[in-house]
Formats: sequence, C-alpha cells, structure tokens
Amino acid sequence: MNIQRPAYSKLVKELRSGKFVLTGELEPEKVTGLEEIMTSARAMKPYVIAANVTDNPLAFAYMNSLVPSYLVEKEVGLETVYQMTIRDRNRLALVSDVLAASHLGIKNVLAISGDHTVLGDNKGAKSVYDLDSAQFVYLLHKMIDEGVDLAGNEIHGKVGLNVGIAANPNADPLEPEILKIGRKTKLGADFIQTQTVFDIDTTKAFLKEVEKFNCPVLVGIFPLKSYGIADFFDKNIPGVHVPPELLEKMKKAKDETNKEKKYRLYDDVNIEFFAPFIKEIRKTTKASGIHVMAVLYERILEPLLKEMN
Amino acid sequence: MIITKQKDEKELTEMLQPFKKIFIIGCGSCATSCQTGGEKQVAEMKEKYRDKVIGTAMVDEPCDLRLNRRDLKEHKVTIKEADAVLVMSCGSGVQTVGDYTNKIVLPALESLFIGETERLGHFTETCQACGECVLDETGGVCPVTKCSKGLLNGPCGGQVKGKCEVGKYENDCAWVNIWKRLKEQNRLELFTTFRPPRDYSKKTLTTKVEF
Repeated sequence: MNIQRPAYSKLVKELRSGKFVLTGELEPEKVTGLEEIMTSARAMKPYVIAANVTDNPLAFAYMNSLVPSYLVEKEVGLETVYQMTIRDRNRLALVSDVLAASHLGIKNVLAISGDHTVLGDNKGAKSVYDLDSAQFVYLLHKMIDEGVDLAGNEIHGKVGLNVGIAANPNADPLEPEILKIGRKTKLGADFIQTQTVFDIDTTKAFLKEVEKFNCPVLVGIFPLKSYGIADFFDKNIPGVHVPPELLEKMKKAKDETNKEKKYRLYDDVNIEFFAPFIKEIRKTTKASGIHVMAVLYERILEPLLKEMN
Repeated sequence: MIITKQKDEKELTEMLQPFKKIFIIGCGSCATSCQTGGEKQVAEMKEKYRDKVIGTAMVDEPCDLRLNRRDLKEHKVTIKEADAVLVMSCGSGVQTVGDYTNKIVLPALESLFIGETERLGHFTETCQACGECVLDETGGVCPVTKCSKGLLNGPCGGQVKGKCEVGKYENDCAWVNIWKRLKEQNRLELFTTFRPPRDYSKKTLTTKVEF
C-alpha cells in the first residue's frame, strides 16, 4: 500500500494488529423501520468486529445505508462498514454523504461500483457512474488525507475514515481483476473485501496473487440460510455458483417437515462446509479474516466460530 | 455513422394524425446506409401514407444546412404548402431541416448511437462523442461506450468469463477486451494506469464549435 493512513476504525486497528477477524453484514430493505436490522446487529455483535451495511444491493431501491450504519453504532455499539456505491451518486452526492458519515462518527467506507440498475427492481433508472470505484477511492484519499474534494475545495473539519474496496476472486479471466486491485490499493485502500467464494482453490490462488499489494484481505463467505436462498444465490449472483453437492445437501434438508429439525440440518450442512473452509484459509493463507454475509442468519455465527477455533 | 431505426408504426401514425399534408425528406448518408431513410424507405413511407404525402425529396446529408439549401431549393413551394415535414434521418437531420424550412418537423426515425457497421443491418455502438478520447490508452476499445457503466478504471465485479452482467452475459466486457488488446500489444502498463475523473463541464460547455 502506498498511502499509509492512520487506523481510524477498530476494524483496521485489528486488521493491522494481525488478528484474524470476522465481520458481518446487515441489509436494510424496502422498509421504514429498523427493528430487524437492530435485532440482527445485536445478535451478531458478540462474534464480529464490524458489520457492513449494504447500499441498494443488486440495484434494489432500499433504505439508504447511512442511517442504519449510524444507528447500529449508536444503539448497538457495533462498528459499521458503510457501503457506498457510485451507481447512485455523482461526486457531489458522494462528498455530501462522506461528510455526513464523518459527522456521525462512521469510521469505515466500502467504495463499490454497485450492480447495474438494469439488474435491479427499478430497471428504468438512470445509472450515475460519474466516478468509478477507483476514482471514488481517489476522492476518499483527497478528503481523508488532504482535506479537500476533487476540485481542491477545502473541507472544514477532519474526515477520519478507513477505506475498503471490493474484489472478485471468481473473476475469469483473473489477471485484469488483479491488475485493477493493484491500481486501487495504490490509491489508498486500507482493506480488501471479497465477493462470496465457495471454491477453496480459487480463493487460495486469488489470495496468493494479491499478497504483493500488502493490503489486508477479508474473504467473503455466504452461509446458506435455506435452500431457497441457496438456489436464488446460485442463479442470480454474477459469477458465483453454489457447489452442486452443497446445493444438493441443502435441498435434502429442505424436505424435513419438522421446522426445528430442518433448521438444525441447514446449520449442520453449513458448518460442515464452511468450518473447514475457514480453517484452511486461516492456516494456509495470509487472509486477515472472514466477511460473513449471513444476512438474517446470525444464529450460524456462534457454532461456526466454535468450529473454526 | 449515426445508427437509426424506424419508429414504431403505431407511434408514427399517431404522430402524423393531426396533419393533412406531409412532405417527406430522406437522408442520402447514414440513414441510407442503415436502410432506414434512403430512397427506397422514402418511397415506402410515401406509399404507406399516400393520402397525406404531397411530395418527397432526398437531401445528401440533412444534418448539413448548406445541403438543405442546395437539395430542397426546387421543392420550396411544395414544402411551404405542407402542414409538416417528416424527416427520415437522425435527430440532427430533423433539427437542421427544421432550421432551414421553419416548418413543423416530425422524426420518422429513432437515433440509436454512433456506431460501427459490421455487415448490412448489423451495427455496434462505438462512440459517445464524449470529447475526451482515451482510445490511445485503451487499445482502441472505448470504455466510455462499450463498458455498460462507462468505467475508466475497470473491470467491475460484474464480468463473468469476459461477458458483462448487463444484457445477460451476451455482450463482451469492454475492460476484458481492453486488457486482451493491451496484452497483445505488450502495453499492459497502460491498463494499470489510473485515469482520473472526467471533467464533464467540458462536454456541457461544448455545444458549438468554430474553427
């Protein structure tokens, strides 16, 4: 990493201390209330160092991610990673939201492109893409490290944030993805968070490739809460496929009529797959932790953590 | 070339409905190549709305005011008599004909994009006339046009096996193509170069040029 900025967030402090960390994910949906998010945040707090708050994932128009990011920190005491896409904001709106996040005490921003609007639930929307995610990282660098916006206008007050970027280990071909990550880490990324992975060899090969950038990596995993979610995920997430044997086991569990038993079966399938996966990552790679995208499936964290250790 | 397609017939009929006398102008340039506004299509249009059409003319390039003057001179009287002029060219041609004739102008075509002709009837968008060309750095593949997000520092996470998430993985990822070209050309250092944000004010403020 060429730009070494202070660790403003607990997450980056932990990453730099060399600890193997877990982070979680919260997804505000098309709602006006945050009870569900707060419940999830409380449930995951004992197990994760921070939680991402998603920003209109898959280009679905949901509640903005800043308000829940703030309220989760304030009411639950769990640090958040405020996800920001450049799909929905031009450079003015990006600056505005980063300034607001700074005021609210947010310490992490994940700078991402965001899925295209044609994949979302308002397909006729105009995508913004005034900046791309690399240029957004550059804007964040200007704001955090130099106290100015892109045009050089001075910011009154300190922007004390750490910056995360996304990466896709499943990218095929992988080389342009690696070159892109190198380009972005040079601009001032404090950590890399990956897209969901299921294949251990793909993940290890990717981690080896990005070692040279000397930037902590959180490997993204997606425990499967139900067969329906597994099937949706398999069919709809770009470039990610649930391994057929795992999908088959989830399908079998789905047929259990007793709800309690079914949930236990789902949990067992997940633990059987992900615990050795995480152990292998931890033992054999330089990854700094795991980003667990267990949205509304926080109950998996405790047994997973137990097995992992 | 400006790529056009003919407007939906129902929409066109509704557009023409209030007018009794129509004069049709075809385009001898791009719309002829697209087979959307050439002599043949003008004749077909005349036949379709024969009760309304009082005359037709071809202009070599309807987007050129000078060629409007030259090619429409002999039709001045008929055009004057028409309630509206139906222009079978891109939007630029429609507006230029409006400037020259001072008549109500109606577009017969939809302007799609600036594109490359692969073969007859097969066109691909290639240029958005952004005013800040980077083709020298991107192996001759335009990311502003061919990347569905217009990213200057791609690829994004939406490429799978070199195909783009937009359009159900049928279109190429522009950034994978840029990477391939630059690799072939042994110029991969250009791929890793950070391209700073574009200055959109340049484009916004460039609506007229005088050389």
